[in-house]
Amino acid sequence: MRKILYREAVQEAIREEMRRDPTVFLMGEDVGTRGGSYKATQGLQEEFGEAPRVYNTPISELGIIGLALGAGLAGLKPIAEIMYIDFSTLAMDQIVNQCAKFRFMTGGQAIVPVVIRTQGGAGRGIAAQHSQSLEAWYAHVPGLKVVMPSTPYDCKGLLKSAIRDLNPIMFIEHKLLYLTEGEIPEEEYTVPLGVADVKREGTDVTIIAWSKMVLHALEAAEELAKDGISVEVVDPRTISPLDLDTIINSVKKTNRALVVHEACRTGGFGGEVTSLIMERAFDYLDAPVKRITGLDTPIPYAFHLENAVIPHTEDIVKGVRELL
Amino acid sequence: MKLTKKEKIELYEHMYRIRSFEEQCILLSRKGLIGGSLHLYIGEEAVAAGAISVLRPDDYIASTHRGHGHCIAKGANMGRMFAELLGKEAGYNRGRGGSMHIADVGLRVLGANGIVAAGIPIATGAALAVKYQGGDQVVLSFFGDGASNNGAFHEGVNFAASWKLPVVYICENNQYAITMSIKNACALHTLSDRAAGYGIPGVCVDGNDVVAVREAAVEAIKRARNGDGPSFIECQTYRWLGHHLGDDGKYRPPEEVRYWKEERDPIATFAKKMLEENVLTQKKLDEVHKTIDEEIAAAVQFAQDSEPASVERLLEDLYYSPAQA
Repeated sequence: MRKILYREAVQEAIREEMRRDPTVFLMGEDVGTRGGSYKATQGLQEEFGEAPRVYNTPISELGIIGLALGAGLAGLKPIAEIMYIDFSTLAMDQIVNQCAKFRFMTGGQAIVPVVIRTQGGAGRGIAAQHSQSLEAWYAHVPGLKVVMPSTPYDCKGLLKSAIRDLNPIMFIEHKLLYLTEGEIPEEEYTVPLGVADVKREGTDVTIIAWSKMVLHALEAAEELAKDGISVEVVDPRTISPLDLDTIINSVKKTNRALVVHEACRTGGFGGEVTSLIMERAFDYLDAPVKRITGLDTPIPYAFHLENAVIPHTEDIVKGVRELL
Repeated sequence: MKLTKKEKIELYEHMYRIRSFEEQCILLSRKGLIGGSLHLYIGEEAVAAGAISVLRPDDYIASTHRGHGHCIAKGANMGRMFAELLGKEAGYNRGRGGSMHIADVGLRVLGANGIVAAGIPIATGAALAVKYQGGDQVVLSFFGDGASNNGAFHEGVNFAASWKLPVVYICENNQYAITMSIKNACALHTLSDRAAGYGIPGVCVDGNDVVAVREAAVEAIKRARNGDGPSFIECQTYRWLGHHLGDDGKYRPPEEVRYWKEERDPIATFAKKMLEENVLTQKKLDEVHKTIDEEIAAAVQFAQDSEPASVERLLEDLYYSPAQA
């Protein structure tokens, strides 16, 4: 198996799908020669040329998504990049009121094959407007799908599936994952949307985590194994649709569940996962479901302050010990 | 280009059809058969009829919350429109959309839209697709004076101007955004002056003169089809009624309302002109009215006879799945 970076997984997925389907195109701020702020689209403009395949856009988030929707309705398959998920707030009407609802509102006439690629998360010292984890907002909107890949393998396979899926999709990468490395096959593959992955098998506790928190959960599991504690790590990979069966089956086996996300706690998607476990597996639980999450605060600038706000491996280790 | 008698009569028919459709909407609403909000287009018919008459069937339009007129002018089936308003399965949106969301994707009507100005970037995106695919279709983007104050207007028009996209922005300046007079909402005297800010042509026409609207649209559509980019047409007009049925509109001076209704009615004015110019006789005009009245009555009957939208099938349109293809 060869190894590539997470950002190269994004590049490969887009490149392969653009080669495969001439209606797939990319648009966004600085996605051209700069390759995006995190080089996730590097080299694509060199291969496919400028407009119409790779559009550098004005700073116009609402316009980007509105144009993507219109182009999608007229037969194209746009991949629209929003540079930071924080900036998706500027495009909220087109994402929430338009893309998500267009098919339903038109009684099933319209097809909205729009992939909105963006990235979130803290850890770079870029403070409150460039570091958020907003996945719960989008999971709250019927009509959208929300993808949160944690590894290069998943990222490539899920992005290819997202591009082929004919629904509006929030594809949320994590800025600190772009330089992580992972194994990936030479041959083509896809990862289906709505199918969780058990990233590590275990018998004592189930950790449900997504995006970068999967890496911390795996580190925590390794640490806890030294003390003979067997942790299962379930990565839903897409939080909408959510593969609840895999989560419930795991909890029925381990009888304990810890939900981990970087987003702040109140109204976070962890609350939803916790409720679903209560509804579906209450009789199997030996302890209340526990959450490890970011604090309910904007992300601060100074590194030591930022570190105090988001969960770390040791927080997860501690959380698991409290469940036992 | 001079209009033939037939073309003139067709323009008139479109306007009369739109007005009659909405008069039936008022009756059906008073009977309690239509829920939600009805944003009526009465008084503004010349804009939709004039501009859309220039389009080919494969051209696109994107409409607004006040969108019945645009749909009808593009050739939408009025029976299915009424069925939608009555919450029927045969409705265009199978009862999920209502007045503010009527769409006929097959007719290339990219939806009415409940969010003011939201259709502008969507229309622009359809124009992007046309250019991408190497086609020569155009997109008409309809919106009101109020929408021209919204950021979505700026973003959409700026994209189209920068990339020379084949779209025509048609501002139906009916002078009020609910109660807010455009005189207090914008410092420009004519909204078409906004076009200069994007480096595109802008014209202001009498939006109650169907021929004037059509002539302006002919120029702008020709330009778009030739690959020369977007244009902006301001159509100065007036809505006779309130913002929606139930809004009495009394925030407007009575004399102003009287003037537009009695002296500037786009339909009565055009009928009078056609009679004076011997385009048709009063007898022929009466026949036109009778034919359309019958068409509307049949459409209402179709809607009333249709089955209510299915609750069992409510969720099936939320996501596309290949099984539905």
